[in-house]
Amino acid sequence: MMLTLTHFLTLSAILFSISIAGIFINRKNIILLLMCIELMLLAVNFNFIALSRYLEDTAGQVFVFFVLTVAAAESAIGLAILVIVFRTRQSINVEDLDSLKG
Amino acid sequence: MPEFAPAFAEIFLAVGICVVLITDLFLPQARRDITYILALLCLVGTAWISSGIELDASPTILFSGSFIADPLSQFLKIFAIAIVSVGFVYSRDYLRERGIYRGEYYVLGLFALLGIMVMISAFSLLTMYLGLEMLSLALYAMVAFDRESPIAAEAAMKYFVLGAIASGILLYGMSILYGVTGSLRLDQLATKLMASDPGQWSVLLGLVFILVGVAFKFGAVPFHMWLPDVYQGAPTSVTLFIGTAPKIAAFAMAIRLLVEGLGSEAATWQPILTVLAVLSLAVGNILAIAQTNIKRMLAYSTIAHVGFILLGLVAGNQAGREAALFYTLIYVIMAAGAFGMVILMSRTGFEADRLDDYKGLNARSPWFAGIMLFLMFSLTGVPPFAGFFAKWSILAALVDAGKIWLAAVAVLFSVIGAFYYLRIVRLMYFDQGLDRTAPEAGLDLRILLSLNGLVLLALGLFPDWLLRMCAAVMT
Repeated sequence: MMLTLTHFLTLSAILFSISIAGIFINRKNIILLLMCIELMLLAVNFNFIALSRYLEDTAGQVFVFFVLTVAAAESAIGLAILVIVFRTRQSINVEDLDSLKG
Repeated sequence: MPEFAPAFAEIFLAVGICVVLITDLFLPQARRDITYILALLCLVGTAWISSGIELDASPTILFSGSFIADPLSQFLKIFAIAIVSVGFVYSRDYLRERGIYRGEYYVLGLFALLGIMVMISAFSLLTMYLGLEMLSLALYAMVAFDRESPIAAEAAMKYFVLGAIASGILLYGMSILYGVTGSLRLDQLATKLMASDPGQWSVLLGLVFILVGVAFKFGAVPFHMWLPDVYQGAPTSVTLFIGTAPKIAAFAMAIRLLVEGLGSEAATWQPILTVLAVLSLAVGNILAIAQTNIKRMLAYSTIAHVGFILLGLVAGNQAGREAALFYTLIYVIMAAGAFGMVILMSRTGFEADRLDDYKGLNARSPWFAGIMLFLMFSLTGVPPFAGFFAKWSILAALVDAGKIWLAAVAVLFSVIGAFYYLRIVRLMYFDQGLDRTAPEAGLDLRILLSLNGLVLLALGLFPDWLLRMCAAVMT
């Protein structure tokens, strides 16, 4: 079987949906949320690389480098905030983040 | 050899941030004022360079089409720099009283401003994304700036998770548009979309994902969930920051992506944006009535004002875009003043964030009760304050575009919105407060806040020059 662009785009869409579903279904742990966010960015990267190859245009692959860099910075900040949340509440349960509402 | 001159303001700011960051490392806590003054000097220098850039009649496009310098970008940048400077001046006493007067606050604020400036000048999807992330990452860290506060940590976590999801969705939309058009440049994107047959489902999919990202950054319903929590949980000085300059960036993002990039698909995004705008007006104005915390109330009021700004884009004509620009600027001035008042009223161990804290303010400080009255009247849209002309120009553009029912809906919700602004006026003038102490603050804060209120009156009495300026840059 020949792999076509559609296969790649479908896989990327599936990964993206898994990450979105993971964020909304997961009610336990903030670290799982961070992992879902990473997965989402990787799905986008997959999309960009497949399209870049298909279009024979390198701009998409350059974009992926930037997304990878930003994703690293983003997880650094996310984990730093996670540490603060744990220090102030002794818990990283999503359900415990409920003091702000209205 | 690329021409660097039009991007010199951003380069200067990036270098300036590094200087502030390094200098701050060698300063003892008692000399923190030096960081503050350096940060302000950095802002003044950036504003001076931005205003000195000479533009050609046609927009200059740099760095293989990823950066644009046009009158709109110059105007928005100078305004964003000014509002960030005002925010820095307002927040100094607040930070000092709470023991969070650190150099990182200014470094993060300047990085956020750099992100805003990159977004304003973005001419490709990549630059737009990078500017957006630079702004957002700095803001996440700023919300969590008070490390001892549990609610600030919670607000930062919520903001981070929702913001990261929104960026991911926006990116997915960008990748789809890249696949359809084969280009990241906004002008090539527009030409390719114009040439292709309208209503392709792949374009529609990309467009919807991009709209979600834009709506999230604006805080439009139903992507507003982060806004009240972040406004309430963050330290007031950070709320002031988030509530002002990033709105200019969101406006620039909407103009660049939706009008310049996806302008040919306007028939598709206008109905979606109409729904978002009407929902924002409804949810913002109605939920604001139920609030007892002034920061949360102002958050819902922000959502309502965002509804108005989006209505300007929905009108779809030149007058609508000019009105949306004018509204954004006026709203940012009003928000700076309103959160500045909350900072002025607060002192060590007292946040002044409950509505009841404003009871009897007139007896304690008639002058600042007057300034707050100006701000609230302007937010309501009472003539002759600037907020009235902002609303009026949006409504005029809607009527011009033949969308009279939308104008009627907007007026209806503004009338509902008047209730919660005027409630604060009633608390200040007609209720007795338990607290009898007059608000104390440094001279710089008091002078600038008074000017902030008076500017709204001045712009209300003489709106012409700003309206003309908006019309001139929005071509």
